[in-house]
Amino acid sequence: MSTTALAPARQAAPRQTLSSQVTATFWDTIDVAVRNLRTLLRTPQALIFATIQPMIFVLLFRYAFGGAIRVPGVPYVDYLMPGVFAQSVAFGALGTAVGLSADLRSGLLVRFRTLPMARVAVLAGRTLADLARNLLVVAVMTAIGFAVGFRSPGGAGGLLAALGLVVVFAYAMSWACTALGLRISDPEAAQAAGVPIVFLLVFTSAAFVPTASMPGWLQAFGTHQPVDALVTAERALILGGPAAHDVLVSLAWSGGILLVFALLAARSYARMGR
Amino acid sequence: MRGSAIEVTRLRKSFGQVKALNGLSFDVPAGSVFGLLGPNGSGKTTTVSILSTALRPDGGGATVLGLDVVADAARVRQVIGFAGQYAAVDANLTGRENLTLIGRLSRVGRRAARVRADELLAGFGLSTAADRLARTYSGGMRRRLDVAAALLHRPPVLFLDEPTTGLDPESRAALWESVRDLARSGTTVLLTTQYLDEADALADQIVVIESGQVAETGTPAELKARFGTVVFQFGYADAADAESAARVLAAAGYRPERDGTGLRVTSDSGSGTVTTVLRTLDGRVPDPVSVSVREPTLDDVFRILTSQGGEAA
Repeated sequence: MSTTALAPARQAAPRQTLSSQVTATFWDTIDVAVRNLRTLLRTPQALIFATIQPMIFVLLFRYAFGGAIRVPGVPYVDYLMPGVFAQSVAFGALGTAVGLSADLRSGLLVRFRTLPMARVAVLAGRTLADLARNLLVVAVMTAIGFAVGFRSPGGAGGLLAALGLVVVFAYAMSWACTALGLRISDPEAAQAAGVPIVFLLVFTSAAFVPTASMPGWLQAFGTHQPVDALVTAERALILGGPAAHDVLVSLAWSGGILLVFALLAARSYARMGR
Repeated sequence: MRGSAIEVTRLRKSFGQVKALNGLSFDVPAGSVFGLLGPNGSGKTTTVSILSTALRPDGGGATVLGLDVVADAARVRQVIGFAGQYAAVDANLTGRENLTLIGRLSRVGRRAARVRADELLAGFGLSTAADRLARTYSGGMRRRLDVAAALLHRPPVLFLDEPTTGLDPESRAALWESVRDLARSGTTVLLTTQYLDEADALADQIVVIESGQVAETGTPAELKARFGTVVFQFGYADAADAESAARVLAAAGYRPERDGTGLRVTSDSGSGTVTTVLRTLDGRVPDPVSVSVREPTLDDVFRILTSQGGEAA
């Protein structure tokens, strides 16, 4: 082996200035995000499952159950799609928890902790990659929706605004799942821990059926949680009509989730190894 | 650069009720290969994790090139390379992608990361596999990639945690050669191992740790000299014969260790004892079916230290 490949540098680099630190943090985040996207593209199963499951729901509810569900004044497919958007990103976020806990188990996170990189980039890069994945998933689901007869009575503007809310919610959820994944070093356990929570949130909300038929105690829970807030706001935008209040409620949920879980995740990462 | 590259002072770390490190202290001379030797659970991994800033100590301190591993952790990360116990490479990236990613995150610059990756792939015999996904690599290849990843930014101090655990003999020999090359080029290498031949072959200086404390320290030659100059290995026809021979030797002041029909005696008083030991046994017990006399290995040192609580020799 050539000695030039091995000869060590002699000393530590000088301390960095703030602006060079910000630039370096930005590039670290991009590098980590690119790594995660590559990993995602090379394990296409994950991406396929992330889109197939909601696709099956679209077909089931559009053609199998939809005929039996009456939603006054709205074609069921227009009622359904906002629910499907929310469901696909909520379940998709679990991939974040699974991926991070796999990195935790493989020792890759320990390696990252010993590199002179920005620590926040490990988490920021991961959630940035998830953002890109969610944009793709939402685009695919929209196309499928159109294929089965979904139209947006609220117009293109309403639809885009609704999809924007979905992506904001998805970003917040990926931080929640980051916080979860950092605490569980077993990918299967991370998945098992996340699924019931997401299941509960999605299926007690108005994602697929109106909550009016639920018993009062369930309705109380179902209508006061982030997935329901998102679906309600999406519908207001997509079906047309006054939407400002619902949009604010959904943004408040997403903002709150983002803030709480980004702090929790950053704290878990910083405290790993204590 | 002379003096110590790494200084560890009364380091303590507990995980719940378990005391992993209990006042560990040692110095690693700059430019040397330093072996941290101990059984599973002795605190080796905890030590390198603290030195490479992945873990925080509960008490005591450590410096790397004079930088405190807690207070100056960010600067320590610039001067160290770390390859942990599990080959921490991304299975879904190619060998080259793994190295360029770590290179960029090690802040060597994008172009330099590419150049370095090529150099290291060649240096570790991975050039032909460079563009294959790491999940298709053998265990030995992954391990080499992992060590290469620790060298992207030419760290003057390198930590290797059990670098050859689970490797086949050929991969092991190749990795040893890489470590020797690194040492020749001036890198300070701290490696942990449970293999005594590995420490013997690579390390200039060895610390044997047990229960998070230093049990013994010295060069491989010093340790072997301290723990006897001759090792007898007797084989008996049955365990009863071995047991009676053990009793005779113990009565004569030796420390025999019986293992089934085998009997081992380590002696520290020179070649004269070959005849003395044999004379002690002669006529009192049936003759052994086999006898061998050899120099002690680090295995003997280790066995004596861990089985007798360090009071031997």
